[in-house]
Amino acid sequence: MSDVRNVIIIGSGPAGYTAALYAARARLAPLVFTGAVTAGGALMNTTDVENFPGFPDGILGPDLMDNVRKQAERFGAELVDDDVTAVELTGPTKTVTDSSGTAHRAKAVIIATGSRYRELGLASEKRLAGHGVSWCATCDGFFFRDQDIAVVGGGDSAIEEATFLTRFATSVTVIHRRDHLRASKIMQERAFANPKIRFLWNSDVIEVLGERQVSGIRLHNRATGEESSVDVTGLFIAIGHEPRSELFADQINRDAAGYLLVEAPSTRTNLPGVFASGDVVDHIYRQAVTAAGTGCAAALDTERYLAALTDPAVTGSAVRAQSDL
Amino acid sequence: MATTTVTDDTFATEVLASDKTVLVDFWAERCGPCRQLAPILEEIASEHADKLTVAKMNITDNPTTFTSLGIVYIPTMALYQDGNLKKTIVGAKPKRLLLKDLEEFLG
Repeated sequence: MSDVRNVIIIGSGPAGYTAALYAARARLAPLVFTGAVTAGGALMNTTDVENFPGFPDGILGPDLMDNVRKQAERFGAELVDDDVTAVELTGPTKTVTDSSGTAHRAKAVIIATGSRYRELGLASEKRLAGHGVSWCATCDGFFFRDQDIAVVGGGDSAIEEATFLTRFATSVTVIHRRDHLRASKIMQERAFANPKIRFLWNSDVIEVLGERQVSGIRLHNRATGEESSVDVTGLFIAIGHEPRSELFADQINRDAAGYLLVEAPSTRTNLPGVFASGDVVDHIYRQAVTAAGTGCAAALDTERYLAALTDPAVTGSAVRAQSDL
Repeated sequence: MATTTVTDDTFATEVLASDKTVLVDFWAERCGPCRQLAPILEEIASEHADKLTVAKMNITDNPTTFTSLGIVYIPTMALYQDGNLKKTIVGAKPKRLLLKDLEEFLG
């Protein structure tokens, strides 16, 4: 049986890395599972970050994340680029299992697993992912120069992406299942005024066409019931995000959309010693700086929790240390 | 570095004419997932050096090869044997899953 650590952090975007930094500086020697290929979180999929405070000339997303990672390591955080496959979070000793099946134990766990792009849910979408189907316009728009492409979605992200893609594409067709956009008025006006953007309303994508690469999409019109095809060589899906919370579904309370619930402004979940921060909790702000903020709060909440385990007088809490299992 | 570098100019000699199996990794500086994949490729290159060459091509500096291959996402890895494209792997993935994809070529 391995030693019981003070804290294990699951996740490695701005929330996870900032939690790691603060926990390391509090001498908690955190073990951080960053994910096998997801270390750095959502910002690894962006290029220039212009709105993170402290960078008047902007900074590349991956560079910003590398910096926080190095900062956390400098103070003693142990970062492991591996995935977590199971957790047991009830009780005074928590267990976090990695991809090789090894169980790691800790008195506290911080969850910062973030969110993922929502998919349409089509088999053809999965098959052609990376072959013309994309969820990130800033990452992949460059590959679709002078082509006819489509964007699925009706919110600010979809319209922002569609507008961004007109830098490269010959035409951008926005496909939305309603007859009006959710996007802000300003974004809508810009999109409507853009000669490269056209709209197909009341439409669902029912299939992505193409053998090795995207060649078109098949649509179903909700109003008329008709099916039609559109020839495009790129399809960008911008229908929102989903929290990465499946691993915790039967242990931690979540809202209707699956986001982890915390006792705001703290990061405490319904389980003692388990804290959550970043986009797996927040679906309102979803900024790097707000994630970093809650990551810091989670580390401080953890520090106080651990101190109270050995000395309840520290916070007046009635939580008592229990012997190791 | 266990991986090698290949360019549009050296592709024919280093990859197509190679008598070893070559995995070409198409990447770019600004690509986050490419950076996450990099250390995994270094490990695989060094652990399987007898069977496999891992060659990296920066697509910003080399615009021709990836375009002619119809690559529309990075990271994309293309595996060549005897000048033939045998397999394409799209997207960063954990080492154990990548090794599964490469299994038949490493045996």
